[in-house]
Amino acid sequence: MTEFLQQLLNGLSLGAIYALIALGYTMVYGVLRFINFAHSDVFMVGAFIGYYLGHHVPESTVWGGLLVLTAAMIGCALLGMLIERLVYRPLRSAPTLNVLITAIGVSLLLEYTGQLVFGAAPRTFPPIFPSANFHLGPLTISSNQLLVISVTLILLFALRFIVMRTKIGTAMRAVSLNPRAASLVGINNDFVISFTFALGSAMAAAGGILYALNYPSIDPLMGVMPGLKAFVAAILGGIGNIPGAALGGLLLGTVETFVGGSEWSTYKDAIAFAILIVILLFRPAGLLGKFTVEKV
Amino acid sequence: MDWPLTQMLTVKNLEVCYGAISALGDVSFSIAAGRIVTLIGANGAGKTTALRTISGLLRAKSGHINFNGEDLTRLPPHQIVARGICHVPEGRMIFSNLSVDENLAMGAYLQRDKARIAQNRDYVFSIFPRLKERLTQAAGTLSGGEQQMLAIGRALMGDPKLLMLDEPSLGIAPKLISTIFEKIVEINRNHGLTILLVEQNARLALEISHEAYVLETGRVVLHGPSPELRTNPELKAAYLGG
Repeated sequence: MTEFLQQLLNGLSLGAIYALIALGYTMVYGVLRFINFAHSDVFMVGAFIGYYLGHHVPESTVWGGLLVLTAAMIGCALLGMLIERLVYRPLRSAPTLNVLITAIGVSLLLEYTGQLVFGAAPRTFPPIFPSANFHLGPLTISSNQLLVISVTLILLFALRFIVMRTKIGTAMRAVSLNPRAASLVGINNDFVISFTFALGSAMAAAGGILYALNYPSIDPLMGVMPGLKAFVAAILGGIGNIPGAALGGLLLGTVETFVGGSEWSTYKDAIAFAILIVILLFRPAGLLGKFTVEKV
Repeated sequence: MDWPLTQMLTVKNLEVCYGAISALGDVSFSIAAGRIVTLIGANGAGKTTALRTISGLLRAKSGHINFNGEDLTRLPPHQIVARGICHVPEGRMIFSNLSVDENLAMGAYLQRDKARIAQNRDYVFSIFPRLKERLTQAAGTLSGGEQQMLAIGRALMGDPKLLMLDEPSLGIAPKLISTIFEKIVEINRNHGLTILLVEQNARLALEISHEAYVLETGRVVLHGPSPELRTNPELKAAYLGG
């Protein structure tokens, strides 16, 4: 039982990071109907912004950590908007396949520019937040796990508030439902799309910092695996569905951790993905996704 | 180029293509402030294309669209809405997963004056009381007629100077069609709102409009005051069922 709870805790904190990344995939899909493969590399850039800034603030302080986190989120929000403006906007009326291939191109560009600029060798992420272990009965909770879970919860609620309660959030949903109708009520679709990229990229940056705190070795290709898993999490939850992405991320992280802690740990990715395939066989639109007929 | 000043909207020599296929070839028409003007014609005559080009969804190949002295021809849709043209598109295009309330709020997306928004909301509810009863409901769960009311209400929230309606009778229970057309007349009469109406039901359109243009395969073939056109023998044979 203790082991179960401990693993559940570990799984949820890993899943929370997947959830943060998955949000960006699902939000961009919601407004543009394509998978932004460069998203996992924005996650990586977020970690690197944290790495460089982390050496300029006092180590292991809450305010220093939050400062780095905020700066990385802002930096990646700008990067996301820049990528959208320079690369995806000119392709707005192009076929989806062209955009997808371009997204893979942007992903490779960021990864290998990263190797050029940051170097290919892994680096150790500085401990920007204070770190301690708490004991709750037989359970051990690290402050990093608490941080991951609380930051994720705060960001999820903030995102939910923006999407459901603010004017720009309602406009995001309107653009997602019907971009043409959205432009007919006066919404500047380009602005809304740009805002969506900013939000998604900021979430990815937060994910990058939190991931780097827990697995403190970072390199320019670090986004590949978490990015792939977050992408799967977004599909699992129902692509385009924001609560679905969060749920999918948590589920995937938990399953992965449980399998990783069992005797089949070598096969943890295989088993985690096999479970996903089975779920998708029964719910092809994802856990919270709805099958919608695309209207012309 | 000089524009007749009394006209609110002037479309001059408009030509629009879908790829290689010409949808409108050299169409000109104009609308004076305060009037209901209708474009009638068969399926594929170019009526919807004309509206979509005015609202910026389509780009004109050549020609000009002038609204209150300003050239709109190259503006994107959201800037055209900002100039005071609200388009109720064919098929209504309401935001189905958003509530009725949110749909109306989106209609007022560019409005900054809170008091004015509240005033427009009350006005929409006074025309379509049904919407007030359904405020929190997802718009996709409304009936066809209610969705049309919502689409018109959403456009009115944008505080238009010119309201463009594309096939408001399409896919609506016959009982509700007359209600909606009565409301259109009411909006025009009580508030002097200028209306451009595209309608396949020519009889209905000629009944409520002041002026009509008949389109055929992308060209204006007939133009005149609606009461006159109602008795035009040619038109009677072609569109009004003899």
